[in-house]
Amino acid sequence: MSQRIPVTELTGGFRDRAEVALADGQLRTNFRTAMDSLMKKRADAFPDEEEREGLRELGNRIKARALSRLPDLLEQLEAKLTDNGVQVHWAETTEQANEIVHGIIQARQGTQVVKGKSMVSEEMEMNDYLAERGVECLESDMGEYIVQLDGEKPSHIIMPAIHKNRYQVARLFHDKLGVDETDDVNELIQIGRRTLRRKFMEADVGVSGVNFAIAETGTLLLVENEGNGRMSTTAPPVHVAVTGIEKVVENLRDVVPLLSLLTRSALGQPITTYVNLISGPRKADELDGPEEVHLVLLDNGRSGAFADAQMRQTLNCIRCGACMNHCPVYTRVGGHTYGEVYPGPIGKIVTPHMVGLHQVPDHPSASSLCGACGEVCPVKIPIPELLQRLRQENVKSPAEGPKVKDGGAKYSRKERLIWRFWRTLNSTPALYRLFLWGATRFRKLTPKHVGPWTQNHTAPVPAKRSLHDLAREHLARNGGQ
Amino acid sequence: MSARSNILNKLRTGLAGSIPRPDDFDERLVTEPWQYAPEDRVMRLRNLMEAVHTEVHQVRSDDWPEKVAAILAERELGNLLHAPATVHGQQLAVHWEQSGSHVQLLAYDRPVEEWKEELFWQVDASITGTVGAIAATGSLVLWPDRHEPRLMSLLPPLHIALLKASEIEDNLYAMMQRQNWSAGLPTNLLLVSGPSKTADIEQVLAYGAHGPKELVVLILEDA
Repeated sequence: MSQRIPVTELTGGFRDRAEVALADGQLRTNFRTAMDSLMKKRADAFPDEEEREGLRELGNRIKARALSRLPDLLEQLEAKLTDNGVQVHWAETTEQANEIVHGIIQARQGTQVVKGKSMVSEEMEMNDYLAERGVECLESDMGEYIVQLDGEKPSHIIMPAIHKNRYQVARLFHDKLGVDETDDVNELIQIGRRTLRRKFMEADVGVSGVNFAIAETGTLLLVENEGNGRMSTTAPPVHVAVTGIEKVVENLRDVVPLLSLLTRSALGQPITTYVNLISGPRKADELDGPEEVHLVLLDNGRSGAFADAQMRQTLNCIRCGACMNHCPVYTRVGGHTYGEVYPGPIGKIVTPHMVGLHQVPDHPSASSLCGACGEVCPVKIPIPELLQRLRQENVKSPAEGPKVKDGGAKYSRKERLIWRFWRTLNSTPALYRLFLWGATRFRKLTPKHVGPWTQNHTAPVPAKRSLHDLAREHLARNGGQ
Repeated sequence: MSARSNILNKLRTGLAGSIPRPDDFDERLVTEPWQYAPEDRVMRLRNLMEAVHTEVHQVRSDDWPEKVAAILAERELGNLLHAPATVHGQQLAVHWEQSGSHVQLLAYDRPVEEWKEELFWQVDASITGTVGAIAATGSLVLWPDRHEPRLMSLLPPLHIALLKASEIEDNLYAMMQRQNWSAGLPTNLLLVSGPSKTADIEQVLAYGAHGPKELVVLILEDA
């Protein structure tokens, strides 16, 4: 029997959750199957290496250019959107962002919200915030809807319910919606369609994320396949878009390569079914569309990452999920093990700026540094390099002034002393010879259990004679030839 | 201090001493791999759209309303939402009149609030124009306005789109340039590349998630 592990029920850190996940055969099968398929789709979508690399380089330059002018572009975006009739709000924290969204809903006396897929709203835990204030906030992306119905969190940023199979979804729909249990995926989707269509019709406010915010024209660009994004941004009388401050690009043409990189990297599709460019609320003579459009720009630690030229590269991210699809760790432990909104390699480098390293001390080291994530990243974020940087920040002493939020989370005086001793030992010949002499003679005294190493390996035992000894003897015998 | 000035100040401090990167956008990277001979454009668009379950027909500008009637008859649908103020809407209405079709023609002639229930649940099909298409990705470009509002291409289970063959561009970049998008965009510009779909359960592809279950494209070959 498979074991369901909703993130809300999990305690302990990454290590404890990983142990549970690794022992869950069903979960591992679900992830392995999905990740293999997503990797193949991406590879098939980029048949020409030269084209792919040219595009990645261009994508990287566009994001670097936008970040090099970020405050100006945000002001330009705000001015353009305001001209277009969109109301722009700024939030430093998720709490502020929630207050803004709730204020907009209250002004309309709203009680029902439908939400298109938005990772920033997950950062805000908007559903819970609004529910506590008597507002129903319903996810409308099929995967998000399934996850919400089961009281879970998304386990993948593009495919939120990828950890579940059809039978698990069938049972969930049966239990929660009172429908007959069916393992036909089409039928399951139609059940979702019927239930959510009523919600789209009744909703007072629609919430969405943003894939790219274009400063030049004051446009919010959203990609999706289902049509729930279009529904959420078109059917209700008010549309609230929430996004991170890093999503702004300078020009409309900049989105051409970014869009291609995004959909091909994420799903292997040349383009998503819908690309939705929103540049304002309903005009006086128009017959549909929201009467009000709002954009909430959220910082939540991003300006902290921005302040460090190296970590600033984390803000290149266009949220395609390719790094998690290709990550050997993510594939084995699944998204929930990370315990945070953004799982996988990208999660490991963006989360510390949001919640601090104290909350995610094991994230930077939960990586084999195989480099797959950096290799597939469409905007060339050097993820392995940033993980190494975070590992260093993670063990800095308070005196060394760690530069990342809550850096030094894993600093240990004992570990530092051991390394200092090790360094002295290896750089002082007399001491080293003495150590060798001892280690070879008292080899039987080495411990049998040395931490996690001996879970899967036998403990290392020094040889009877050191390489130095053997080499010296060899040279003596052969006359130093 | 407001959140706005705090954020902007922090970002400006972070940039202190650095200079903005130059704009070195290389358009060849997004155009050269995606160029087609004029005669291949329709085929490319057709192949890509059919691969995602779109039904594509090549028709003539004088007989397409007949094709529409046939598509509706095949599916035994009872009504069709059209835009009476557009040229194609009028052409359709004339044909309906002459052929005495029993499929009811509906018009989106009042704000959505006045007929939301009907629009959400009772419209079987819609027909809209397009302002072009993109061969590289198999995408239609929709420019909703007062006459053809946004929900027309989203709510009905069947969406029929008219496309002039001469308005198919090679790639998105070329389309943006030709139509000068940066000079002014509508409230909601859309690229539509097939019927609504999802792969959120086990990555099994299912059509008709929230938008149209079927998309039919009529390419007017002589227009």
